[in-house]
Amino acid sequence: MRIYLPAGILLLWCLMALFGPLLPLEPNRIDLPHILNGPGVGQWLGADDLGRSVLDRLVMGARTSFTVALGVVCISSLIGILAGAFAAYVGGMVDLLLVRVIDIFLAFPGILLAIALAGVMGPGVDNVIIALSVVGWVGYARLARAQVLSLKYRDHVTAAIALGTGHLRIVVRHLLPLMAAPLIIEATFGVASIVIAEAGLSFLGLGVQPPEASWGSMIRDGTRYMLVAPHLVLAPGIAILLVVLAVNLLGDYLRDWLDVRGATEQKSW
Amino acid sequence: MGNLLLTRLISAALVVVGVVCLVFFLIHLVPGDPVEVMLGESARPADREALRTALGLNQPLAAQLMHYFSGLLRLDLGESLHSQRPIIDILAERLPATLELAALSLLLAVALALPLGILAALHKDRGWDVGAMSFSLLGVSIPNFWMGPMLILLFSLWLGWTPVSGRDAAGSFILPTITLGTALAAILARMVRSSLLEVLSEDYIRTARAKGLSMGAVVWQHALPNAWLPVVTLLGLQLGALLGGAVITETVFSWPGIGSLLVESIQKRDYPVVQACVLVISLIYVLVNTLTDLVYAWIDPRIRLGADQ
Repeated sequence: MRIYLPAGILLLWCLMALFGPLLPLEPNRIDLPHILNGPGVGQWLGADDLGRSVLDRLVMGARTSFTVALGVVCISSLIGILAGAFAAYVGGMVDLLLVRVIDIFLAFPGILLAIALAGVMGPGVDNVIIALSVVGWVGYARLARAQVLSLKYRDHVTAAIALGTGHLRIVVRHLLPLMAAPLIIEATFGVASIVIAEAGLSFLGLGVQPPEASWGSMIRDGTRYMLVAPHLVLAPGIAILLVVLAVNLLGDYLRDWLDVRGATEQKSW
Repeated sequence: MGNLLLTRLISAALVVVGVVCLVFFLIHLVPGDPVEVMLGESARPADREALRTALGLNQPLAAQLMHYFSGLLRLDLGESLHSQRPIIDILAERLPATLELAALSLLLAVALALPLGILAALHKDRGWDVGAMSFSLLGVSIPNFWMGPMLILLFSLWLGWTPVSGRDAAGSFILPTITLGTALAAILARMVRSSLLEVLSEDYIRTARAKGLSMGAVVWQHALPNAWLPVVTLLGLQLGALLGGAVITETVFSWPGIGSLLVESIQKRDYPVVQACVLVISLIYVLVNTLTDLVYAWIDPRIRLGADQ
């Protein structure tokens, strides 16, 4: 039961992101007579400082956060898992080098490196994805490395080596499936931190550029009119909160279900 | 303990060298010509050349890196492109505000997390536990760039209890501290709970109960001292999140710290200052984590005594 509500919220988020462009939405249509209108019939979430529909922009923002989350999870997990698994499997100097590189990346507090990277590279969704992936791969690498280290001396791996199986095949066929559970959970919680981080970067003006919408930039723009039109800040904030809550609940559920103990800690960016 | 100290210091030094290299390369990630981006297209060629020389960008990469390192050793971080002042002076002005905010938030987080975590562990699956864990879930899910404006709206604009922003007015630290401290409190409360639950299921706790000790005495004397270790480690690691979160929180509240300096400098394309901010925050983080490791070893006799064997 406890999984239906979060799953429903996430499904809605995905659907808005995937099918938003097919809906008859006008997120960028400026409508000056309706500036800062409160929620009401016809404009369910009201209008912003240019009279644009907040609901339409919310749907567009869902697309931004979904794109970034999907992109960053794919890129950072691919790089991280490959690097971590490869280093641990080969061992020796390669492993030592990776541990040093991971240590250096972990020395930058959470979102700080992403802010600096996005700031230096310039705004835009591509750069946000790159910046967050540069920060994000480390978690997967560390986890994959620890998993391979604990798995590589198992009997079935020794048997595979004895049978002359290639190294790549051993890693992909005999090690990766056993590591899947903790990595899936890392990725799930990762989505929550990425949604917050993307919105955070956009809040600082380092994410998508106007007139494109992001939940973070909607909050930033809304803070100027907070006293007269609090719905401008409330709507995108609640959207972020719901998605992040749902992802965290799903992560907790998966952790119990897959029975992975302490595999990952939630990151607060 | 001596060996451990040495190993940790060497590894921290290696990390610091790596961090400095990475920060150095930041400026080379500026798309196109960094000098043109910083000065704008209308700058005179002579000015561009002057800046290029000042930043050492016309030298080979290795020489630039050496120059950067030698500057750091002399505490010379260069000059701000915007205000022409030495960056080290600007940092010295801004650092106290960030440290103050971080320390207050840490204090708030511990003050909230300890009672919540302990109550949740002692009343597992009952009212307190559900309440504390709901708070925890909510705490990690609310982004601070939303919580900040919401607190300003409620307590500053509607109720008029606290200043909206800045650091000068009395009580101006309250809202930024709550904003920054809540997420950490949420994570810590979870950790205190799970760590205490684990310890409470140990045999020696049952023995202590069996010999007639009250639950309070068992928790304070037997359970908590053993539940500290994971909490201390997490505290050190989460300080990074705290310093990272400070960048956004300071910006929301116009708190004059290093975090807001970083964001202002990005907007002004004052990249040497951006580099310096990232460097200083990361160095503080490395320092704190190294200290945490040593404190951890000192608290835990198994590590303290084991390292010398």
